[in-house]
Amino acid sequence: AGVGKSSLVHLLCHNQVLGNPSWTVGCSVDVRIHDYKEGTPEEKTYYIELWDVGGSVGSATSVKSTRAVFYNSLNGIILVHDLTNKKSSQNLYRWSLEALNRDVAPTGVLVTNGDYDREQFADNQIPLLVIGTKLDQIPETKRSEVLTRTAFLAEDFNAEEINLDCTNPRYLAAGSSNAVKLSRFFDKVIEKRYFLRDGNQIPGFSERKRFGGGALKSLHYD
Amino acid sequence: MSFLLDSSIMVTSQVLFFGFGWLFFMRKLFKDYEVRQYVVQVIFSVTFAFSCTMFELIIFEILGVLNSSSRYFHWKLNLCVILLILVFMVPFYIGYFIVSNIRLLHRQKLLFACVLWLTFMYFFWKLGDPFPILSPKHGILSIEQLISRVGVIGVTLMALLSGFGAVNCPYTYMSYFLRNVTDADILALERRLLQTMDMIVSKKKRIAVAHRTMFQRGEVHNKPTGFWGMIKSVTTSVAGSENLSLIQQEVDALEELSRQLFLETADLHATKERIEYSKTFQGKYFNFLGYFFSIYCVWKIFMATINIVFDRVGKTDPVTRGIEITVNYLGIQFDVKFWSQHISFILVGIIIITSIRGLLITLTKFFYAISSSKSSNVIVLLLAQIMGMYFVSSVLLIRMSMPLEYRTIITEVLGELQFNFYHRWFDVIFLVSALSSILFLYLAHKQAPEKHMA
Repeated sequence: AGVGKSSLVHLLCHNQVLGNPSWTVGCSVDVRIHDYKEGTPEEKTYYIELWDVGGSVGSATSVKSTRAVFYNSLNGIILVHDLTNKKSSQNLYRWSLEALNRDVAPTGVLVTNGDYDREQFADNQIPLLVIGTKLDQIPETKRSEVLTRTAFLAEDFNAEEINLDCTNPRYLAAGSSNAVKLSRFFDKVIEKRYFLRDGNQIPGFSERKRFGGGALKSLHYD
Repeated sequence: MSFLLDSSIMVTSQVLFFGFGWLFFMRKLFKDYEVRQYVVQVIFSVTFAFSCTMFELIIFEILGVLNSSSRYFHWKLNLCVILLILVFMVPFYIGYFIVSNIRLLHRQKLLFACVLWLTFMYFFWKLGDPFPILSPKHGILSIEQLISRVGVIGVTLMALLSGFGAVNCPYTYMSYFLRNVTDADILALERRLLQTMDMIVSKKKRIAVAHRTMFQRGEVHNKPTGFWGMIKSVTTSVAGSENLSLIQQEVDALEELSRQLFLETADLHATKERIEYSKTFQGKYFNFLGYFFSIYCVWKIFMATINIVFDRVGKTDPVTRGIEITVNYLGIQFDVKFWSQHISFILVGIIIITSIRGLLITLTKFFYAISSSKSSNVIVLLLAQIMGMYFVSSVLLIRMSMPLEYRTIITEVLGELQFNFYHRWFDVIFLVSALSSILFLYLAHKQAPEKHMA
């Protein structure tokens, strides 16, 4: 809640900053057009649906059950946390468990690193990406310690990580390392979705203009 | 010597309460947020500690613990500190945090915070005028003036909360009001929700494609700029942009619909859970309590109406009346003084504990519902303010439930307040609040099943 998911989704899909972010009720969807394997002769264009699921991890069970309907047929997960708020990154463990439909960790108690079991993510096939927002609100002096902490976090999830500020499109400018990571992540998702069995290409695709639909549920957390 | 001993007891208990408030703040309120400004936490815990000390002093009064003069001294001290906090510190900090959230006024934070505080003081003062609570012989900054105003606000709050609670409590506990929800209903609604989401997705895909083709064709903006731009856009790309805005409108409508469906689904899930809960043993127990409470609440509303209509303020407290009744009508003889002390202690204790607990729970729920990481500080301070005022006015009203000999200290310390006025005011607001919450719940209940039929 309040980490900047809607701003992030807007930035990813429209390359523009969201002017007036407001509270997300339920779930909102947006679509990004992604060039798979850009720059190579196998370049194809795909849709990526980003589902922005709002709320907090401590919500009532009724809200959780309602949210669970959105978790079907996930192709990838983007975990979003607030860099200025340590507790939001701690909650990410519970969020990932909720999304992967495993049993949720004990409620009411902060999940610390000790409770986390890396085994649960070992056999996880779904690509994960960890994004930290509000980078601009951290003073320069504290930046390095925050970044080391988030690096550990991403390692725990066996995921890539990106730290940015959703009000500044510069962070995702073409060619920057963030943009490359993002692109690689989306490529992985598309591969998992379409080239799952035997690495077969989907037959009958013509060149650039053919659009496939990949449902990437990006779940955004507090 | 005994004074020192008493003071040390008081201080220890205050430290205990402070610790409790601190823990509550960290574990419950700020569970999901990081505490960056420790000032907020300190203020909250201090307010909590001093309010609880007041209740403790009442209990001591009844039990006869500690020296009477030292009790009096601590009462005065406590009251001064609480008023200081409620009227000076908390509003100032609220103003300060509000100002620091607005980026424009960053430079002169202190100045604007003072301005806000002065506005608050002005309105606070004006509040006292329409009420007949004071005799004019008191000075401006005396305790009576401040307490009377704080008391008015606090009593209003208490009455509102009690009125709503009195109606809501049976409504929640009793399963008579639960609508029947089946799994099929939930599934159907979820399917509708997903269908709506799919429609939104397909429309957004079309918009995205259109944007991309326009971008590639070199038209970055589809909004006409300048006079010639407008003329050109009229003749050439009319079809494209009109189509887009139409689709965008459809998307907005669909998104609104999806939000509604989501909320309804969550509602259905919650109702289903309550139905399951009511079948358990605990649920049945609470159901029974609900019937009990509803009778109690109806009686309270009835009493409030009678009090107002017949212009009557009770002179005796329930404990003495209860004892009188038992002695006179049932013929049971027992030592009145001895029993009245203990019974009133138990009664007052129960009232205090339930009101503290109820208040903390309500505050927590309220906080979860409306706070975000930006405004959490302001909201917590507001809650501390409400809590302080609530506790001060409960002291005022509790006087009613205590036998005469224990009322003296409250009357002494708080000065010549018109206590009767407060009771009357409480009854009025309680009645208003209870009736309006009945109306509100009735409407909400009626509206919900109609939505599902549609």
